[in-house]
Amino acid sequence: MISDLPGLPGTGAAPGIVAIVLVTVATLALGTYGLRLSRTTSDFMVASRAVGPRMNAAAVSGEYLSAASFLGAAGLLLAFGAEMLWYPVGWTAGYLVLLVLVAAPLRRSGAYTLPDFAEARLGSRAVRRTCALLVVAIGWLYLLPQFQGAGITLASAVGGPGWLGPVVVAVVVLVNVTAGGMRSITLVQAFQYWLKLTALLVPAAVLLVVWWGDGRPGDPASTAATTAWSVPLADGGAQGLYLTYSLIAATFLGTMGLPHVVVRFYTNPDGRAARRTTLLVLVLLGVFYLLPPVYAGLARVYAPGLADSGSDGLVLELPGLVVPGLGGDVLTGMVVGGAFAAFLSTSSGLAIAVAGVLSQDVFTRPFRGTRLSGVAGFRAGAVVAVVVPAGVALTGSGAGVATTVGLAFAVAASTFCPLLVLGIWWRGLTPAGAIAGLLAGGVGSSAAALVTLYTPASDGWSDVLLRQPAAWSAPLALLVMVGVSLATRRTVPAHTNRLMVRLHTPEAVVLDRG
Amino acid sequence: MARAGEVDQDTRLGGLYVGSLLREQLWLAARTLTVLALVVGSLPLVLHLAPDLAALRVGPFPVAWLVLGGATYPILVLLAWRYVRRAERNEAAFAELMDEVDR
Repeated sequence: MISDLPGLPGTGAAPGIVAIVLVTVATLALGTYGLRLSRTTSDFMVASRAVGPRMNAAAVSGEYLSAASFLGAAGLLLAFGAEMLWYPVGWTAGYLVLLVLVAAPLRRSGAYTLPDFAEARLGSRAVRRTCALLVVAIGWLYLLPQFQGAGITLASAVGGPGWLGPVVVAVVVLVNVTAGGMRSITLVQAFQYWLKLTALLVPAAVLLVVWWGDGRPGDPASTAATTAWSVPLADGGAQGLYLTYSLIAATFLGTMGLPHVVVRFYTNPDGRAARRTTLLVLVLLGVFYLLPPVYAGLARVYAPGLADSGSDGLVLELPGLVVPGLGGDVLTGMVVGGAFAAFLSTSSGLAIAVAGVLSQDVFTRPFRGTRLSGVAGFRAGAVVAVVVPAGVALTGSGAGVATTVGLAFAVAASTFCPLLVLGIWWRGLTPAGAIAGLLAGGVGSSAAALVTLYTPASDGWSDVLLRQPAAWSAPLALLVMVGVSLATRRTVPAHTNRLMVRLHTPEAVVLDRG
Repeated sequence: MARAGEVDQDTRLGGLYVGSLLREQLWLAARTLTVLALVVGSLPLVLHLAPDLAALRVGPFPVAWLVLGGATYPILVLLAWRYVRRAERNEAAFAELMDEVDR
């Protein structure tokens, strides 16, 4: 025992430190193994498109289950009750929407990144640049809370200074991504899904056994309080209904627009495999998301005080509170290791996505007569992709973890979702329409979020509409895209028909796919 | 292996074939999303209109938790599984059609 922290009664920093070191070593070892396999630019960016559905589904899930899923969901459930169940449900249902609307055609488009897709579909450099800007913006928005969360976890679990978490995560991610690119990351991500599931499942099972042995005690709170806690709907009548539906819109529609999710679909060998991967992802996420409510429910029985004192630590603290002694230490080590894996995998995936776009659109363009090679450009992109948000996290600014992640989903739902859906299913989309819609949705949703962050909260409808913008900003972007496209009908790209054929024709039919 | 001369040469007939596949797949997607909206998406509205439902319990567990926190995920997987099967069937039918046209 190094020290007894107030947040972890009966346990010290040792299990946490051991777990973090083990996870870091395993991640670097797998990444180095992958390095021996990665040679070309295609290996770096999309693992040469040779990843089977099972491996890819575990990798997608491992990458997707961030700190918000591992720590945040249980904490939010404990603090605010069943209305927060919409987060895990929405994070999973987003993949169903992605499956039916974009998975196979997106893979068949043959593009590396979202800007690649936009340029291939619309044949416009301006659309490409707009998309590149949005990918970097959404990627950084999502990376920032990962680094912040790492700082909080390390500070609370092992008692290190606040800067330690962001620095450790940033360094490990950088080493992994610059060394091996997508091929090694695929292996690391798949491993980290199973690591995270085990790290949450085993302690939950032990806690449930203890709860059963204690004679299945119920909720100590009053019946009225328990009923309010079990309604999956935000408070405030019509406003609560709007907030809940807007959260549903952001998560259901935003998933397909997250850059680190989309980039994973290019690593499938074909459109059919892309669909099967998505189906397996739904299974893996469904299993994982059964667990946060278990932690929230048990915390309600054993540690109701946790709800008031920063509930993000609930998953880290509950095992030590319920199980005394060595057993508790081991379980605490498991959840700390799992949380650390969550930061590593999500930030690696985001770093790859942002680095891919930066390297294609910034670093491998000719500059004063010289240009970087593909792999060197990717590495330069990765450094910028990681250092900028890590630096912002170190300054200690920024909103709460859940707020920033929610904002990233809302922006994705209001920009890339309409672009992908219309681009795949509607021949009439024009470059001008796409840019107008991206700007309307992107500016609308992020301006709303900024106003919410920097002005005092009120109870009026204006505050509610700005706090969860997706329910109006996503339809707005869609309408602007359709409207401006209809007004500029003559500029529909000449190759549209040919491309639509390529997006929707199964690989079993031999086409001139040139 | 099916070939697709009509589609490749961008003839009227080729356009019709691809157009019908596209409509078929879009219709399938729309049906799946409608079921999702009706089964999962209607929950907040139902609870808004009938708040008493939230007090229901099975043993120590509130029903709303069991439905949203547990039953939703198998429903999502089932919808996805059904979609994948039908989408692949549509594509197989299209490939077969191309095969016959070219022969």
